[in-house]
Amino acid sequence: MTDLRTHATEIHEQFADQLEVSVDEIEERLDTLVNEYKVPVSEARRSVTNTYLDEAGMERDDLGGGGGNEQVQLADVDAPEEWVDITAKVVELWEPRSDAVAQVGLLGDETGTIKFTKWSKSDLPTLDEGGVYHLRNVVTDEYQGRFSVKLNRTTVVEELDEDIEVGDEDVTVEGALVDIQSGSGLIKRCPEEDCTRVLQNGRCNEHGEVDGEFDLRIKGVLDDGETVHEVLFDREGTEDLTGIALEEAKDMAMDALDTSVVADEMRADVLGRYYRVSGPTFGRYVLVDEMERLSDPADPEAVLIKARSI
Amino acid sequence: MATTPTREVARRVFAGEFNDSTYTFKESDDERAPVYVLLPTGERANRVFVVGTLMETEDVGTDSEYWQGQVIDPNGDRFYMYAGQYQPDAAAMLRELEPPAYVAVVGKPRTYETDEGEVNVSIRPESISEVDAATRDRWVVETAERTLERVQAFEADAPDDPDDGATVDEYVAMARQQYDRPVENYRRLVVEALESLEADDELEASADD
Repeated sequence: MTDLRTHATEIHEQFADQLEVSVDEIEERLDTLVNEYKVPVSEARRSVTNTYLDEAGMERDDLGGGGGNEQVQLADVDAPEEWVDITAKVVELWEPRSDAVAQVGLLGDETGTIKFTKWSKSDLPTLDEGGVYHLRNVVTDEYQGRFSVKLNRTTVVEELDEDIEVGDEDVTVEGALVDIQSGSGLIKRCPEEDCTRVLQNGRCNEHGEVDGEFDLRIKGVLDDGETVHEVLFDREGTEDLTGIALEEAKDMAMDALDTSVVADEMRADVLGRYYRVSGPTFGRYVLVDEMERLSDPADPEAVLIKARSI
Repeated sequence: MATTPTREVARRVFAGEFNDSTYTFKESDDERAPVYVLLPTGERANRVFVVGTLMETEDVGTDSEYWQGQVIDPNGDRFYMYAGQYQPDAAAMLRELEPPAYVAVVGKPRTYETDEGEVNVSIRPESISEVDAATRDRWVVETAERTLERVQAFEADAPDDPDDGATVDEYVAMARQQYDRPVENYRRLVVEALESLEADDELEASADD
Protein backbone atom coordinates (compact mmCIF):
# COMPACT_ATOMS: atom_id res chain seq x y z
CA MET A 1 0.00 0.00 0.00
CA THR A 2 1.33 3.45 -0.89
CA ASP A 3 1.71 6.13 1.71
CA LEU A 4 -1.23 8.08 0.33
CA ARG A 5 -3.36 4.97 0.30
CA THR A 6 -2.59 4.46 3.99
CA HIS A 7 -3.55 8.03 4.80
CA ALA A 8 -6.69 7.72 2.72
CA THR A 9 -7.69 4.53 4.54
CA GLU A 10 -7.20 6.16 7.91
CA ILE A 11 -9.22 9.21 6.93
CA HIS A 12 -11.88 6.91 5.51
CA GLU A 13 -12.11 5.09 8.83
CA GLN A 14 -12.74 8.35 10.64
CA PHE A 15 -15.69 9.22 8.41
CA ALA A 16 -17.03 5.80 7.47
CA ASP A 17 -20.00 6.18 9.81
CA GLN A 18 -20.92 9.70 8.70
CA LEU A 19 -20.21 9.98 5.00
CA GLU A 20 -20.68 7.99 1.84
CA VAL A 21 -17.15 8.38 0.59
CA SER A 22 -14.76 5.78 -0.79
CA VAL A 23 -11.09 5.34 -0.05
CA ASP A 24 -10.42 5.91 -3.74
CA GLU A 25 -12.03 9.35 -3.69
CA ILE A 26 -10.03 10.36 -0.66
CA GLU A 27 -6.82 9.07 -2.18
CA GLU A 28 -7.55 11.04 -5.35
CA ARG A 29 -7.96 14.27 -3.39
CA LEU A 30 -4.72 13.63 -1.54
CA ASP A 31 -2.97 12.73 -4.77
CA THR A 32 -4.04 15.99 -6.41
CA LEU A 33 -2.72 18.06 -3.53
CA VAL A 34 0.52 16.15 -3.04
CA ASN A 35 1.54 15.23 -6.57
CA GLU A 36 0.03 18.05 -8.58
CA TYR A 37 0.27 21.01 -6.19
CA LYS A 38 3.31 19.78 -4.25
CA VAL A 39 1.61 20.20 -0.88
CA PRO A 40 3.38 18.34 1.96
CA VAL A 41 1.55 15.14 2.88
CA SER A 42 0.71 16.28 6.42
CA GLU A 43 -0.84 19.50 5.12
CA ALA A 44 -2.73 17.65 2.41
CA ARG A 45 -4.13 15.30 5.00
CA ARG A 46 -5.20 18.16 7.24
CA SER A 47 -6.87 19.89 4.31
CA VAL A 48 -8.74 16.80 3.12
CA THR A 49 -9.84 15.97 6.67
CA ASN A 50 -11.18 19.51 7.10
CA THR A 51 -13.15 19.19 3.87
CA TYR A 52 -14.92 16.09 5.15
CA LEU A 53 -15.44 17.59 8.60
CA ASP A 54 -17.36 20.44 6.91
CA GLU A 55 -19.34 18.03 4.79
CA ALA A 56 -20.31 15.95 7.81
CA GLY A 57 -20.98 18.96 10.01
CA MET A 58 -18.53 17.65 12.60
CA GLU A 59 -15.90 19.25 14.80
CA ARG A 60 -12.30 18.06 14.77
CA ASP A 61 -12.75 16.87 18.37
CA ASP A 62 -15.44 14.45 17.22
CA LEU A 63 -12.87 12.45 15.34
CA GLY A 64 -11.32 9.19 16.40
CA GLY A 65 -11.90 7.06 19.48
CA GLY A 66 -14.70 9.10 21.00
CA GLY A 67 -12.94 10.41 24.09
CA GLY A 68 -9.66 10.38 22.26
CA ASN A 69 -8.30 7.13 23.57
CA GLU A 70 -4.94 5.96 22.51
CA GLN A 71 -4.93 3.14 19.96
CA VAL A 72 -2.60 0.60 21.56
CA GLN A 73 -1.04 -2.69 20.61
CA LEU A 74 -1.64 -5.59 22.95
CA ALA A 75 1.97 -5.99 24.00
CA ASP A 76 1.93 -2.35 25.15
CA VAL A 77 -0.85 -2.91 27.69
CA ASP A 78 1.13 -2.58 30.89
CA ALA A 79 -1.14 -0.85 33.42
CA PRO A 80 -4.64 -1.50 34.78
CA GLU A 81 -7.61 0.85 34.45
CA GLU A 82 -6.61 2.56 31.26
CA TRP A 83 -9.15 3.33 28.56
CA VAL A 84 -7.78 2.31 25.18
CA ASP A 85 -8.75 1.39 21.63
CA ILE A 86 -7.49 -1.85 20.14
CA THR A 87 -7.67 -3.68 16.85
CA ALA A 88 -7.45 -7.42 17.40
CA LYS A 89 -8.49 -10.85 16.27
CA VAL A 90 -10.50 -13.22 18.44
CA VAL A 91 -8.03 -16.07 18.79
CA GLU A 92 -10.07 -18.22 21.15
CA LEU A 93 -13.40 -18.14 22.90
CA TRP A 94 -13.66 -19.83 26.28
CA GLU A 95 -16.65 -21.05 28.24
CA PRO A 96 -17.79 -18.25 30.57
CA ARG A 97 -17.82 -19.42 34.19
CA SER A 98 -20.40 -16.91 35.32
CA ASP A 99 -23.72 -15.60 34.01
CA ALA A 100 -22.38 -12.08 34.40
CA VAL A 101 -19.93 -12.79 31.60
CA ALA A 102 -21.32 -12.94 28.07
CA GLN A 103 -18.06 -13.86 26.36
CA VAL A 104 -14.50 -14.50 27.49
CA GLY A 105 -11.47 -15.47 25.47
CA LEU A 106 -8.22 -14.43 23.93
CA LEU A 107 -7.57 -11.49 21.61
CA GLY A 108 -4.44 -11.24 19.51
CA ASP A 109 -2.61 -8.76 17.33
CA GLU A 110 0.84 -8.64 15.74
CA THR A 111 2.46 -7.99 19.10
CA GLY A 112 0.86 -10.67 21.24
CA THR A 113 -2.28 -11.86 22.94
CA ILE A 114 -4.44 -10.71 25.84
CA LYS A 115 -7.48 -12.07 27.66
CA PHE A 116 -10.77 -10.25 27.18
CA THR A 117 -14.03 -10.28 29.09
CA LYS A 118 -17.36 -9.01 27.79
CA TRP A 119 -20.03 -8.44 30.40
CA SER A 120 -23.59 -9.69 29.83
CA LYS A 121 -25.17 -6.44 30.93
CA SER A 122 -23.12 -4.35 28.49
CA ASP A 123 -25.31 -5.68 25.67
CA LEU A 124 -22.71 -5.78 22.90
CA PRO A 125 -22.75 -7.74 19.63
CA THR A 126 -21.36 -11.27 19.74
CA LEU A 127 -17.72 -11.66 18.76
CA ASP A 128 -16.89 -14.58 16.48
CA GLU A 129 -13.81 -16.71 16.83
CA GLY A 130 -11.39 -15.74 14.06
CA GLY A 131 -13.07 -12.36 13.51
CA VAL A 132 -11.08 -9.15 13.51
CA TYR A 133 -12.55 -6.18 15.38
CA HIS A 134 -11.81 -2.58 16.10
CA LEU A 135 -12.75 -2.14 19.75
CA ARG A 136 -13.07 1.42 20.95
CA ASN A 137 -13.22 2.27 24.63
CA VAL A 138 -12.15 -0.90 26.39
CA VAL A 139 -10.62 -0.78 29.83
CA THR A 140 -7.50 -2.64 30.93
CA ASP A 141 -7.28 -4.76 34.05
CA GLU A 142 -4.59 -6.68 35.87
CA TYR A 143 -4.61 -9.86 37.94
CA GLN A 144 -1.41 -11.24 39.45
CA GLY A 145 0.77 -9.47 36.96
CA ARG A 146 -1.23 -10.56 33.91
CA PHE A 147 -3.21 -8.02 31.95
CA SER A 148 -6.63 -8.28 30.35
CA VAL A 149 -9.16 -5.97 28.71
CA LYS A 150 -12.83 -5.60 29.59
CA LEU A 151 -15.48 -4.70 27.04
CA ASN A 152 -18.18 -2.56 28.64
CA ARG A 153 -21.39 -0.67 27.89
CA THR A 154 -19.52 2.21 26.24
CA THR A 155 -17.39 -0.01 24.02
CA VAL A 156 -17.88 0.36 20.27
CA VAL A 157 -17.43 -2.89 18.38
CA GLU A 158 -16.69 -2.68 14.68
CA GLU A 159 -15.99 -5.80 12.67
CA LEU A 160 -13.20 -5.35 10.13
CA ASP A 161 -12.82 -7.17 6.85
CA GLU A 162 -9.18 -8.03 7.30
CA ASP A 163 -6.97 -10.61 8.90
CA ILE A 164 -4.29 -10.18 11.52
CA GLU A 165 -1.26 -12.38 11.82
CA VAL A 166 -1.25 -12.93 15.56
CA GLY A 167 2.25 -12.65 16.98
CA ASP A 168 3.43 -14.87 19.74
CA GLU A 169 5.18 -13.51 22.74
CA ASP A 170 7.91 -16.09 22.49
CA VAL A 171 11.04 -15.43 24.40
CA THR A 172 14.41 -17.02 23.81
CA VAL A 173 16.72 -17.69 26.71
CA GLU A 174 20.00 -19.51 26.99
CA GLY A 175 22.41 -20.60 29.65
CA ALA A 176 23.65 -23.58 31.58
CA LEU A 177 21.00 -25.96 32.93
CA VAL A 178 21.93 -25.62 36.61
CA ASP A 179 18.98 -27.33 38.27
CA ILE A 180 16.19 -29.79 37.67
CA GLN A 181 13.51 -29.19 40.24
CA SER A 182 11.33 -31.64 42.11
CA GLY A 183 8.23 -32.64 40.21
CA SER A 184 10.36 -33.45 37.16
CA GLY A 185 10.83 -36.74 35.33
CA LEU A 186 8.12 -39.39 35.33
CA ILE A 187 4.99 -37.92 36.87
CA LYS A 188 1.32 -38.83 37.17
CA ARG A 189 -1.52 -36.56 36.18
CA CYS A 190 -5.16 -36.60 37.24
CA PRO A 191 -7.26 -38.47 34.63
CA GLU A 192 -10.46 -36.50 35.30
CA GLU A 193 -11.74 -34.65 32.26
CA ASP A 194 -10.11 -31.23 31.82
CA CYS A 195 -8.01 -31.81 34.93
CA THR A 196 -4.33 -32.30 34.28
CA ARG A 197 -3.09 -31.59 37.76
CA VAL A 198 0.07 -33.41 38.78
CA LEU A 199 -0.62 -35.92 41.55
CA GLN A 200 1.14 -35.66 44.90
CA ASN A 201 1.45 -39.13 46.46
CA GLY A 202 -1.36 -40.40 44.24
CA ARG A 203 -3.70 -37.58 45.19
CA CYS A 204 -5.13 -34.79 43.06
CA ASN A 205 -5.72 -31.49 44.82
CA GLU A 206 -9.16 -31.32 43.27
CA HIS A 207 -10.31 -34.91 42.87
CA GLY A 208 -8.58 -36.74 45.74
CA GLU A 209 -7.22 -40.25 45.28
CA VAL A 210 -7.23 -41.21 41.58
CA ASP A 211 -5.49 -43.59 39.21
CA GLY A 212 -3.04 -41.24 37.58
CA GLU A 213 -1.83 -41.25 34.01
CA PHE A 214 1.91 -41.22 33.40
CA ASP A 215 3.52 -38.22 31.76
CA LEU A 216 6.98 -36.70 31.42
CA ARG A 217 8.07 -33.18 32.19
CA ILE A 218 11.09 -31.23 33.37
CA LYS A 219 11.07 -28.10 35.46
CA GLY A 220 14.54 -26.72 35.00
CA VAL A 221 16.61 -23.61 35.57
CA LEU A 222 18.73 -21.98 32.87
CA ASP A 223 21.40 -19.64 34.22
CA ASP A 224 23.74 -17.49 32.14
CA GLY A 225 25.68 -16.04 35.05
CA GLU A 226 23.60 -12.88 35.10
CA THR A 227 19.97 -13.96 35.17
CA VAL A 228 18.05 -17.15 35.87
CA HIS A 229 15.06 -18.44 33.93
CA GLU A 230 12.77 -21.24 34.98
CA VAL A 231 11.89 -23.39 31.99
CA LEU A 232 9.24 -26.07 31.58
CA PHE A 233 9.62 -28.95 29.14
CA ASP A 234 6.45 -30.89 28.33
CA ARG A 235 6.53 -34.57 27.36
CA GLU A 236 7.72 -33.92 23.84
CA GLY A 237 10.29 -31.40 25.04
CA THR A 238 11.52 -33.75 27.73
CA GLU A 239 11.90 -36.61 25.25
CA ASP A 240 13.72 -34.25 22.91
CA LEU A 241 16.01 -33.00 25.67
CA THR A 242 16.87 -36.29 27.32
CA GLY A 243 16.32 -38.88 24.60
CA ILE A 244 14.19 -40.82 27.08
CA ALA A 245 10.70 -41.61 25.78
CA LEU A 246 7.66 -42.14 28.01
CA GLU A 247 7.53 -45.92 27.47
CA GLU A 248 11.23 -46.24 28.26
CA ALA A 249 10.79 -44.12 31.37
CA LYS A 250 7.94 -46.37 32.55
CA ASP A 251 10.14 -49.44 32.04
CA MET A 252 12.96 -47.84 33.99
CA ALA A 253 10.62 -47.02 36.87
CA MET A 254 9.15 -50.54 36.75
CA ASP A 255 12.59 -52.17 36.95
CA ALA A 256 13.62 -49.98 39.87
CA LEU A 257 10.17 -50.03 41.54
CA ASP A 258 10.72 -46.30 41.88
CA THR A 259 9.79 -43.41 39.58
CA SER A 260 12.57 -41.17 40.87
CA VAL A 261 15.21 -43.12 38.91
CA VAL A 262 13.90 -41.41 35.77
CA ALA A 263 14.62 -37.90 37.03
CA ASP A 264 18.01 -39.07 38.31
CA GLU A 265 18.92 -40.45 34.91
CA MET A 266 17.75 -37.23 33.25
CA ARG A 267 19.80 -35.10 35.63
CA ALA A 268 22.92 -37.03 34.73
CA ASP A 269 22.24 -36.49 31.04
CA VAL A 270 21.50 -32.77 30.96
CA LEU A 271 22.69 -30.93 34.11
CA GLY A 272 25.60 -28.59 33.50
CA ARG A 273 25.13 -28.45 29.72
CA TYR A 274 24.30 -25.29 27.80
CA TYR A 275 20.97 -24.85 26.02
CA ARG A 276 19.00 -22.24 24.13
CA VAL A 277 15.22 -22.56 24.37
CA SER A 278 12.31 -20.53 23.12
CA GLY A 279 8.59 -20.49 23.76
CA PRO A 280 5.80 -18.48 25.33
CA THR A 281 5.95 -17.48 28.97
CA PHE A 282 3.46 -18.65 31.56
CA GLY A 283 3.80 -17.08 34.98
CA ARG A 284 7.46 -17.32 35.80
CA TYR A 285 8.09 -20.20 33.38
CA VAL A 286 9.19 -20.29 29.78
CA LEU A 287 7.19 -23.10 28.15
CA VAL A 288 9.72 -24.72 25.86
CA ASP A 289 8.60 -25.11 22.24
CA GLU A 290 12.02 -25.33 20.72
CA MET A 291 15.35 -26.22 22.21
CA GLU A 292 18.88 -26.43 21.02
CA ARG A 293 21.93 -27.81 22.75
CA LEU A 294 24.77 -25.29 22.55
CA SER A 295 27.62 -27.63 21.83
CA ASP A 296 29.55 -25.60 19.27
CA PRO A 297 33.12 -25.07 20.25
CA ALA A 298 33.23 -21.65 21.83
CA ASP A 299 35.22 -18.95 20.05
CA PRO A 300 37.57 -17.21 22.46
CA GLU A 301 39.02 -14.76 19.92
CA ALA A 302 36.71 -11.77 20.46
CA VAL A 303 36.91 -11.94 24.25
CA LEU A 304 40.67 -12.32 24.09
CA ILE A 305 41.03 -9.19 21.98
CA LYS A 306 38.89 -7.29 24.48
CA ALA A 307 40.81 -8.67 27.46
CA ARG A 308 44.14 -7.64 25.95
CA SER A 309 42.91 -4.16 25.12
CA ILE A 310 42.09 -3.01 28.65
CA MET B 1 0.78 -11.88 47.72
CA ALA B 2 3.84 -13.44 49.31
CA THR B 3 6.90 -12.85 47.24
CA THR B 4 8.80 -16.00 46.48
CA PRO B 5 12.48 -15.49 47.13
CA THR B 6 14.23 -15.20 43.81
CA ARG B 7 16.74 -17.85 42.99
CA GLU B 8 20.35 -16.76 43.30
CA VAL B 9 22.25 -16.57 40.04
CA ALA B 10 25.26 -18.86 39.64
CA ARG B 11 28.33 -16.66 39.14
CA ARG B 12 31.07 -17.56 36.69
CA VAL B 13 34.48 -17.21 38.23
CA PHE B 14 37.92 -18.74 37.68
CA ALA B 15 39.45 -20.62 40.60
CA GLY B 16 42.20 -18.01 41.05
CA GLU B 17 39.61 -15.34 41.84
CA PHE B 18 37.25 -17.68 43.71
CA ASN B 19 39.96 -18.75 46.14
CA ASP B 20 40.70 -15.07 46.88
CA SER B 21 37.05 -14.48 47.84
CA THR B 22 37.58 -14.83 51.56
CA TYR B 23 35.20 -12.14 52.80
CA THR B 24 31.63 -13.26 53.53
CA PHE B 25 28.56 -11.26 54.50
CA LYS B 26 24.76 -11.30 54.76
CA GLU B 27 22.35 -8.69 53.47
CA SER B 28 20.02 -8.91 56.47
CA ASP B 29 20.01 -9.99 60.11
CA ASP B 30 17.61 -12.81 59.38
CA GLU B 31 19.12 -16.09 60.49
CA ARG B 32 18.16 -17.71 57.21
CA ALA B 33 19.35 -14.85 55.00
CA PRO B 34 21.67 -16.04 52.24
CA VAL B 35 25.41 -15.84 52.84
CA TYR B 36 27.51 -14.26 50.10
CA VAL B 37 31.20 -14.35 49.40
CA LEU B 38 32.58 -11.15 47.95
CA LEU B 39 34.44 -11.59 44.69
CA PRO B 40 37.51 -9.30 44.55
CA THR B 41 36.26 -7.91 41.22
CA GLY B 42 33.28 -6.44 43.09
CA GLU B 43 30.36 -8.85 42.91
CA ARG B 44 28.56 -10.94 45.50
CA ALA B 45 28.19 -14.68 44.99
CA ASN B 46 25.81 -17.06 46.75
CA ARG B 47 26.09 -19.71 44.06
CA VAL B 48 28.68 -20.61 41.44
CA PHE B 49 28.73 -22.73 38.30
CA VAL B 50 32.08 -24.21 37.34
CA VAL B 51 33.17 -26.62 34.64
CA GLY B 52 36.64 -28.09 34.71
CA THR B 53 38.70 -31.21 35.02
CA LEU B 54 38.16 -33.34 38.10
CA MET B 55 41.72 -34.20 39.15
CA GLU B 56 41.38 -35.95 42.47
CA THR B 57 38.69 -37.36 44.71
CA GLU B 58 39.22 -38.53 48.27
CA ASP B 59 37.06 -39.57 51.19
CA VAL B 60 38.41 -37.35 53.95
CA GLY B 61 35.68 -38.21 56.47
CA THR B 62 36.47 -39.78 59.79
CA ASP B 63 33.15 -41.21 61.02
CA SER B 64 31.07 -40.98 57.89
CA GLU B 65 31.85 -40.44 54.24
CA TYR B 66 32.98 -36.90 53.44
CA TRP B 67 34.21 -36.54 49.89
CA GLN B 68 36.66 -33.96 48.66
CA GLY B 69 36.91 -33.21 44.96
CA GLN B 70 39.48 -31.05 43.22
CA VAL B 71 38.59 -29.46 39.91
CA ILE B 72 41.26 -27.65 37.93
CA ASP B 73 40.61 -24.70 35.61
CA PRO B 74 42.62 -23.76 32.49
CA ASN B 75 44.98 -21.61 34.57
CA GLY B 76 45.96 -24.61 36.69
CA ASP B 77 44.12 -23.24 39.74
CA ARG B 78 41.92 -25.62 41.70
CA PHE B 79 38.41 -25.47 43.05
CA TYR B 80 37.98 -27.53 46.23
CA MET B 81 34.62 -29.05 46.97
CA TYR B 82 33.27 -31.11 49.87
CA ALA B 83 30.16 -33.28 49.90
CA GLY B 84 28.90 -35.38 52.81
CA GLN B 85 25.69 -36.99 53.97
CA TYR B 86 23.65 -33.84 53.35
CA GLN B 87 24.75 -33.74 49.70
CA PRO B 88 24.13 -37.40 48.87
CA ASP B 89 23.95 -36.99 45.08
CA ALA B 90 27.14 -34.95 44.86
CA ALA B 91 28.91 -37.30 47.30
CA ALA B 92 27.84 -40.27 45.18
CA MET B 93 29.25 -38.63 42.06
CA LEU B 94 32.61 -37.96 43.75
CA ARG B 95 32.65 -41.58 44.95
CA GLU B 96 31.92 -42.98 41.51
CA LEU B 97 33.74 -40.68 39.07
CA GLU B 98 37.18 -41.74 37.85
CA PRO B 99 39.51 -38.73 37.53
CA PRO B 100 40.42 -37.21 35.20
CA ALA B 101 36.95 -36.26 33.94
CA TYR B 102 35.25 -33.08 32.81
CA VAL B 103 32.62 -32.13 35.36
CA ALA B 104 30.06 -29.34 35.75
CA VAL B 105 29.46 -28.31 39.35
CA VAL B 106 26.69 -26.10 40.75
CA GLY B 107 27.20 -25.15 44.35
CA LYS B 108 27.42 -22.70 47.20
CA PRO B 109 30.64 -20.95 48.21
CA ARG B 110 31.80 -21.74 51.74
CA THR B 111 34.73 -20.37 53.74
CA TYR B 112 36.53 -21.75 56.77
CA GLU B 113 39.42 -20.52 58.81
CA THR B 114 42.37 -22.82 59.41
CA ASP B 115 44.25 -23.07 62.71
CA GLU B 116 46.89 -20.83 61.15
CA GLY B 117 44.26 -18.14 60.64
CA GLU B 118 44.12 -18.57 56.88
CA VAL B 119 40.72 -18.46 55.18
CA ASN B 120 40.04 -21.22 52.67
CA VAL B 121 37.25 -20.97 50.14
CA SER B 122 35.48 -24.10 48.88
CA ILE B 123 32.29 -25.22 47.17
CA ARG B 124 29.45 -27.18 48.74
CA PRO B 125 28.07 -28.83 45.63
CA GLU B 126 24.35 -28.99 44.86
CA SER B 127 25.01 -31.09 41.80
CA ILE B 128 27.92 -32.59 39.92
CA SER B 129 27.56 -34.01 36.44
CA GLU B 130 29.99 -35.37 33.90
CA VAL B 131 30.18 -33.25 30.72
CA ASP B 132 32.16 -33.08 27.49
CA ALA B 133 35.08 -30.94 26.34
CA ALA B 134 32.86 -28.56 24.32
CA THR B 135 30.87 -27.69 27.45
CA ARG B 136 34.10 -27.04 29.33
CA ASP B 137 35.43 -24.78 26.53
CA ARG B 138 32.16 -22.89 26.46
CA TRP B 139 32.37 -22.33 30.20
CA VAL B 140 35.92 -20.99 29.90
CA VAL B 141 34.88 -18.38 27.31
CA GLU B 142 31.73 -17.49 29.25
CA THR B 143 33.64 -17.15 32.51
CA ALA B 144 36.24 -15.01 30.75
CA GLU B 145 33.47 -12.70 29.50
CA ARG B 146 31.77 -12.39 32.88
CA THR B 147 35.06 -11.82 34.68
CA LEU B 148 36.09 -9.19 32.17
CA GLU B 149 32.76 -7.39 32.63
CA ARG B 150 33.39 -7.28 36.38
CA VAL B 151 36.95 -6.03 35.91
CA GLN B 152 35.72 -3.27 33.60
CA ALA B 153 32.96 -2.23 35.99
CA PHE B 154 35.48 -2.20 38.83
CA GLU B 155 37.91 0.01 36.94
CA ALA B 156 35.16 2.38 35.77
CA ASP B 157 34.42 3.07 39.44
CA ALA B 158 37.60 4.98 40.21
CA PRO B 159 37.73 5.53 43.98
CA ASP B 160 40.10 8.53 43.85
CA ASP B 161 37.75 10.42 41.56
CA PRO B 162 34.42 10.99 43.31
CA ASP B 163 33.36 13.31 40.50
CA ASP B 164 33.83 10.92 37.61
CA GLY B 165 30.07 10.68 37.32
CA ALA B 166 30.01 6.94 37.65
CA THR B 167 27.75 5.68 40.39
CA VAL B 168 29.81 3.69 42.83
CA ASP B 169 28.63 0.10 42.87
CA GLU B 170 28.01 -1.22 46.37
CA TYR B 171 30.05 -4.37 45.88
CA VAL B 172 32.87 -2.67 44.04
CA ALA B 173 33.17 -0.27 46.97
CA MET B 174 33.06 -3.23 49.37
CA ALA B 175 35.78 -5.04 47.42
CA ARG B 176 38.02 -1.97 47.52
CA GLN B 177 37.50 -1.77 51.25
CA GLN B 178 37.91 -5.48 52.08
CA TYR B 179 40.65 -6.55 49.71
CA ASP B 180 43.99 -5.19 48.68
CA ARG B 181 44.28 -7.17 45.47
CA PRO B 182 44.82 -5.51 42.10
CA VAL B 183 42.03 -6.54 39.71
CA GLU B 184 44.69 -6.61 37.00
CA ASN B 185 45.48 -10.10 38.33
CA TYR B 186 42.02 -11.28 37.33
CA ARG B 187 42.25 -9.72 33.88
CA ARG B 188 45.45 -11.70 33.47
CA LEU B 189 43.60 -14.91 34.47
CA VAL B 190 41.14 -14.18 31.66
CA VAL B 191 43.89 -13.73 29.07
CA GLU B 192 45.75 -16.85 30.15
CA ALA B 193 42.61 -18.99 30.18
CA LEU B 194 41.65 -17.89 26.68
CA GLU B 195 45.19 -18.32 25.36
CA SER B 196 45.17 -21.89 26.63
CA LEU B 197 42.07 -22.59 24.53
CA GLU B 198 43.73 -21.12 21.45
CA ALA B 199 46.85 -23.20 22.12
CA ASP B 200 44.65 -26.31 22.26
CA ASP B 201 43.20 -25.37 18.89
CA GLU B 202 46.62 -24.94 17.36
CA LEU B 203 47.73 -28.29 18.72
CA GLU B 204 44.71 -29.94 17.17
CA ALA B 205 45.28 -28.10 13.90
CA SER B 206 48.91 -29.20 13.68
CA ALA B 207 47.91 -32.75 14.60
CA ASP B 208 45.58 -32.74 11.61
CA ASP B 209 48.42 -31.89 9.20
